[in-house]
Amino acid sequence: MVEILLDATVRAGTPILFATLGAIINERAGIINLGIEGLMLIGALGGFAGTYLTGSLLTGVMAAFLCAFVAGAIHGFITVQLRGNQIVSGLALTMFGIGMTALFGKGMVGMTIEGFERIAIPGLSLLPVIGKPFFNQDWLIYFSFALVALIWLFFYRTRWGLAVRTLGENPAAADTCGVPVNLYRFLAVTIGSGIVGIGGAYLSLATTPMWIENMSAGRGWIAVALVIFASWSSPRALLGAYLFGGITAMQLRFQAMGTSVSAHILQMLPYFFTIVVLVVSTIRLQKGASQQPESLGLSYDREDRK
Amino acid sequence: MQLITERREISSALFRFSAPIVSIAIALFVAGFLLLASGVNPLEAYREIIIESLGSMYGLSETLVKTTPLIFTGLAVSLAFRMQIWNIGAEGQIYMGAMAASGVALFSGIENHWLMMIAMFSAAFFCGGLWAGVAGFLRAKWRVNEVIVTLLMNYIAILLVDYLVYGPWKDPKGFNFPLTAQFTDAARLAEYFNTRLHSGFFLAIFCALVLYLFMERTVWGFEIKVIGSNPKAAQYAGMNTGLAIFMVLFLSGAIAGVAGFSEVAGLQHRLQHGISPGYGYTAIIIAWLANRSAIGVVIVSFLMGVLLVGGDSLQLLWQLPVAFVYAFQGLILFFLLASDFFIQYRVKLVRGGIHG
Repeated sequence: MVEILLDATVRAGTPILFATLGAIINERAGIINLGIEGLMLIGALGGFAGTYLTGSLLTGVMAAFLCAFVAGAIHGFITVQLRGNQIVSGLALTMFGIGMTALFGKGMVGMTIEGFERIAIPGLSLLPVIGKPFFNQDWLIYFSFALVALIWLFFYRTRWGLAVRTLGENPAAADTCGVPVNLYRFLAVTIGSGIVGIGGAYLSLATTPMWIENMSAGRGWIAVALVIFASWSSPRALLGAYLFGGITAMQLRFQAMGTSVSAHILQMLPYFFTIVVLVVSTIRLQKGASQQPESLGLSYDREDRK
Repeated sequence: MQLITERREISSALFRFSAPIVSIAIALFVAGFLLLASGVNPLEAYREIIIESLGSMYGLSETLVKTTPLIFTGLAVSLAFRMQIWNIGAEGQIYMGAMAASGVALFSGIENHWLMMIAMFSAAFFCGGLWAGVAGFLRAKWRVNEVIVTLLMNYIAILLVDYLVYGPWKDPKGFNFPLTAQFTDAARLAEYFNTRLHSGFFLAIFCALVLYLFMERTVWGFEIKVIGSNPKAAQYAGMNTGLAIFMVLFLSGAIAGVAGFSEVAGLQHRLQHGISPGYGYTAIIIAWLANRSAIGVVIVSFLMGVLLVGGDSLQLLWQLPVAFVYAFQGLILFFLLASDFFIQYRVKLVRGGIHG
């Protein structure tokens, strides 16, 4: 029972995990990206189309990354090079993503593909309780574990990671040290967007191996809120994503058991809990040392440097 | 040779005035390629949009019907924008307003038309206001990000209405469709010229007028503008920014809630699943295009009404998904943001290197 619930938790949490990691990379470089919801849809459709056309899941995942990378480049160009309003540009990206995927996904509705297979990791998958949920999964989930570690190592153990973090804190200082501010910010937005796209692909390749219009259903917004819960750190993003995976898993479990509570009420739970978690983590951030990148949401223009 | 950008000392008035028009034109051009890619001749499609929405009295009335909720929500979002507060939750506030108004219409038993209208209006006003007020309170008290809160509450509001129309409020004689019983005549707004145009439209125009006077002619309106443009100065001047944030979001939500009242009392005459096809999201681009002015909101809402009515006919003729309109709206916003750059900066081709 616990194993089944944990397994459903990991599977429901993985798309949100990728989306949160992508959003963290954006915000670490100082750019707010409210286009996460649209990018997930673009990734979901790109991933599904890629797999459907080639029959390869790996190609699908790469296509998802690429499509979201390109869509993210619009946001990157407008907010970094043109110094446009980040909030409006992100909202526009979400609208654009919803509309474009509805338009080009029309022909894909009702098609089916072979989804992911589980690969048991020898030894680890035999562990009691956590063995099966964490080590008898598909390779995209293993990739998400690796990504959490890689992103942490990048930000805290490499020179480039330090440079990107500085962009979020004090771009003028980074500029003075010779960091190409605009290029790095643009790359953070596009690569982060690509990772969000992989989260979308998980929905259309693993969760339900098909394309459904608007299938992200608000998960992108939950990810935006989880960035604050995670204090912009990737290991905490894992925790947050699984917390929400857990709530979704329980909600589905309740529905399957046939409780008297309406399905509509149960479906509200993830959104409701996200708001609660957002409030609690915002208050907590204000009490302790704030982890929020200092220059988050501000455009950088060398001419304005003081 | 090198391209450099430099800040204009005075932003170009010509550019600023023409930016929205140019943005829409470029968006139309780019969307044309999207239409081509889906096998539709864009020129035919655009002609169809204009003819359907403006070419006949009936088409024009349908456009005004769609313009009505857009004016309300556009005003709601732009009021909050004035204070640099982002109300992305107008969609949910429409649902909450519609729910409250429907509750009154179905269960209050009031028989007098005017009394019923006032009761429904007030219920929608307060319910929409309180719904947004939650985000306002959280923002004012703990600086919780209002973008995320208002947005997530949209999903909750839509599910709440779904719960009611699929559950306790479902019309027993409705063949199991997700809708409530029809309202009595007392709970309906007047309709005109044998079309679906209803007095909600005039209420919306009136609302724009009131909001214009509120912003330009009252102390509160002045405070909102000061807090929006310079929060530090506002604090030094002794303005209560926390209270103002709550009040503005409350008022913003209340106006969006009235859109819900107008939709159920004027158009649908019942509460049902999916009463708003995204008016609350379109409102964001209306507010941005109108540059937050009340008069601008009315004009841009009409343009968006044209687009929505036209979009419906494209769906019927070429089976294009309704969400295509979103892609187009996203494009308009992208180009509008890009044009902001050219309002503030000048791009120059310089010979040789420059010294930063």
